[in-house]
Amino acid sequence: MRHLLSTADLAHDDAVDLLDVAEEMTQVAEREVKKIPVLRGRTVVNLFFEDSTRTRLSFEAAAKRLSADVINFSAKGSSVSKGESLQDTIQTLSAMGADAVVVRHSGSGTPQRMATSGWIDVPILNAGDGTHEHPTQALLDAFTLRRVLAGAPASGPAEGARGRDLSGATVAIVGDVLHSRVARSNVHLLTALGARVVLVGPPTLMPWGVDAWPAEVFYDLDEALAAHSFDAVMMLRVQLERMHQSFFPNPREYTRLWGLTEQRWRALPEHTAIMHPGPMNRGFEISAAAADSPRAVILDQVENGVAVRMAALYRLLIGTDSEGRP
Amino acid sequence: MKNRTVLDAAEISRAISRIAHEVLESNKGADDLVVLGIPSRGVPLAVRLAEKIAAIEPGTDAAAITGSLDITMYRDDLRTRRLRSPAPTRIPAAGVDGRTVVLVDDVLFSGRTIRAALDALADLGRPSAVRLAVLVDRGHRSLPIRADHVGKNLPTAVDERVSVSVAEIDGEDAVTISSAEEE
Amino acid sequence: MTSYLIQGASVLGAGPRDLAISGGRFVDALSDPDVVIDARGLVALPGLVDLHTHLREPGREDAETVLTGSQSAARGGYTAVHAMANTAPVADTAGVVEQVWNLGREAGWTEVVPIGAVTTGQQGTQLAELGAMARSAAGVRIFSDDGLCVADPLLMRRALEYVKTFDGIIAQHSQEPRLTEGAQMNEGTVSAELGLPGWPAVAEEAIIARDILLAEHVGSRLHVCHLSTAGSVELVRWAKSRGVRVTAEVTPHHLMLTDELVRTYDPLYKVNPPLRTQADVDAVRAGLADGTIDVVGTDHAPHTSEHKCCEWTAAAMGMVGMETALAIVVEAMRDFDFDFADVARVMSTRPAEISGLPEQGRIETGRGANLVLVDPEAEVRIDPAEHATMGRNNPFTGFTVSTRIVDTFLYGHRVVAGSALADPHPIARGGTWIA
Repeated sequence: MRHLLSTADLAHDDAVDLLDVAEEMTQVAEREVKKIPVLRGRTVVNLFFEDSTRTRLSFEAAAKRLSADVINFSAKGSSVSKGESLQDTIQTLSAMGADAVVVRHSGSGTPQRMATSGWIDVPILNAGDGTHEHPTQALLDAFTLRRVLAGAPASGPAEGARGRDLSGATVAIVGDVLHSRVARSNVHLLTALGARVVLVGPPTLMPWGVDAWPAEVFYDLDEALAAHSFDAVMMLRVQLERMHQSFFPNPREYTRLWGLTEQRWRALPEHTAIMHPGPMNRGFEISAAAADSPRAVILDQVENGVAVRMAALYRLLIGTDSEGRP
Repeated sequence: MKNRTVLDAAEISRAISRIAHEVLESNKGADDLVVLGIPSRGVPLAVRLAEKIAAIEPGTDAAAITGSLDITMYRDDLRTRRLRSPAPTRIPAAGVDGRTVVLVDDVLFSGRTIRAALDALADLGRPSAVRLAVLVDRGHRSLPIRADHVGKNLPTAVDERVSVSVAEIDGEDAVTISSAEEE
Repeated sequence: MTSYLIQGASVLGAGPRDLAISGGRFVDALSDPDVVIDARGLVALPGLVDLHTHLREPGREDAETVLTGSQSAARGGYTAVHAMANTAPVADTAGVVEQVWNLGREAGWTEVVPIGAVTTGQQGTQLAELGAMARSAAGVRIFSDDGLCVADPLLMRRALEYVKTFDGIIAQHSQEPRLTEGAQMNEGTVSAELGLPGWPAVAEEAIIARDILLAEHVGSRLHVCHLSTAGSVELVRWAKSRGVRVTAEVTPHHLMLTDELVRTYDPLYKVNPPLRTQADVDAVRAGLADGTIDVVGTDHAPHTSEHKCCEWTAAAMGMVGMETALAIVVEAMRDFDFDFADVARVMSTRPAEISGLPEQGRIETGRGANLVLVDPEAEVRIDPAEHATMGRNNPFTGFTVSTRIVDTFLYGHRVVAGSALADPHPIARGGTWIA
């Protein structure tokens, strides 16, 4: 694995391996010294062209637990906003001795562009690009889901999930699939891991051509909930501004038709986990009752984010297991 | 390639028994003992050692004192980008603070693995003492490290290969030595 | 001036014959030519005519100038190019079109024919001074807001009607603006996967359908620029069957490339209208072969590397193509019964007719000696660094093609010789192409 740009690049065994490495990484947080020296002397740059404090902090924690030096480069207020080109920014980072670059950008494809441009020769981690992909979010979702399926605690060090994939699981992804990088990454990854993915949302918020995806599509949430016994229901964040672009009439109607209301939540099977990539719009796409319920693993997802990002950094900077242990 | 068996299953079993007695002798009993195997083959050897100890010292719960200590993240050759996956680290519930930790590995060679294991252990807590038990010591140390308990000292040439097979992983117990030289 | 006897050229791909040029025109025979050219093995085509070129001057001389664009045209075999109006300032007055026209004559590498903007400043609100541009020295006949669509249906109707005064033609960039807000690539399965906002085929087809109906209603001439979808071909075919005065154009890149290339996120493949699907490529090829599509226009759109060596979403749209157009059309049409006579029809004769350029588009005694000699069995690896255009954004970079431009004659002047620029044929103020 040279870069982590898209979950579409992850084969089944690579994905399981990353999740297994992440399992070991969960232990680091529990130890006397919450750090391992594996990336000592390496520099990881967090290059964020788009604000995302949560994702940046998670990557920063991951890099620091691996003993890497972290440089945060926020494009806001920097030379980038004064017209510096992507090329100059990247070449500057390269000259500063970055060993890996974690990049967040509002334009789809920018991490891939960086990886293939020849401007820098270090691993690139996609921390979310436009409406394209968010691979580490999908990895943390898969990690959490795997724990849930194994009957293990959803986060923290635990036994039981190692080596498994998601075969037999059925997962609903509900909401604004069109603009969701989380949905795209999850469709690839969860499917590669053997899960069955069901997409639910208003037709206006489904990409044209979604029928070619390896997923079943429902426009009606209640119909979807009746048709499947879901192992997890993942609610996507829906931006309220979308209603001004006529994607849906107003928030009330959206909640009525596609929200995980308290009534819908109560009707779910006992084993269905509630997931959300955050930040949530409580009372809009998800009710407080669902979000705060014992079946919600939303905070576990956040916690697991650090472990999977540690695993991704480890794999990119140290290498993969395709040749086995020495 | 020429293979020569230097220890068979019975000899391995006897070696572990002897080490068990030595450990109890030097620790003056099984109190506060923690036996940590270094993956991969050190782990089953640690389990067997703990079981022998428990057999000798009734009242000892072998499973409760056994664990594994992965050193992948502490290696000093990570920058070579050789490909490796971490193995589990499992520390007994009581932890390692103030205890005597016996590190168990199959072969002691350069000493780099043990150096990494000591670093890894230091991040987990502060044992009162750390001892090293190995099935085979083949010499050629690169670091000032020695074993406290050795199953067999095996003089080798540097280019010879010592391989330890254990039933739990390889289906049989054996220590073999092979040389690269042609017949 | 120099007279030429070109011996043994395969004219329009037919059997070898001699061509004689004297005084800037094709003549029947020459008793004592100044230069004899052995053209055995070469194909002679009338000089190519591009109805759709962006020369960038005035305003973006860092991307291309009339001079460099003209040189690029000559090397591509073009003896006439139509300069689009989206310059800065916009070519919406007699002054700007005359400036571009004069720059082209001063350069003397190709005949530069300015296109005038339909609306003032291409703002889409008010008609530009179409009559003044038509009556200017540049004699503008084609008007286009290319780069932008004349989206207001009433304004489009008025423009179509108004240009009847001087038998003008409106060349429409068919793009419904609301349906393409923020669009980055063709809307389809690839855009869904890449998460790039889509530019749906319907946004092109809806405007083409509307404009066809408007053109029919008012009896005016409509030229559809760079159509790119299978549906657009169907609409034009239907319009022609009804006798509507519509002509249509396709670019070399829409004949050859698909949106699969966008998976690289390399802005080299970012263009407007966007690269479509293989089904669309198949349809535009068939449309070109059966005459539904009249002409190939390059939509040559040079950009500086700053506008292309960046992230996809920040990059400019457009590709260069004058120096590779002929070769790409030949490659694209290999599966069709499409010979060099057809190539000449779609790249020279028809565009010259549409624009009303009597001295261009035909190898006939008495006409302007606008001619290109082509090696049809060359092996050329496309490398933009060797091109005359300042634009390096050629999407065919690295392709190997079999057609090479050898010589270009502009009104009897050999402006390209042996695939290299030779001597230009500048025209003095008040002068004409043929003395």
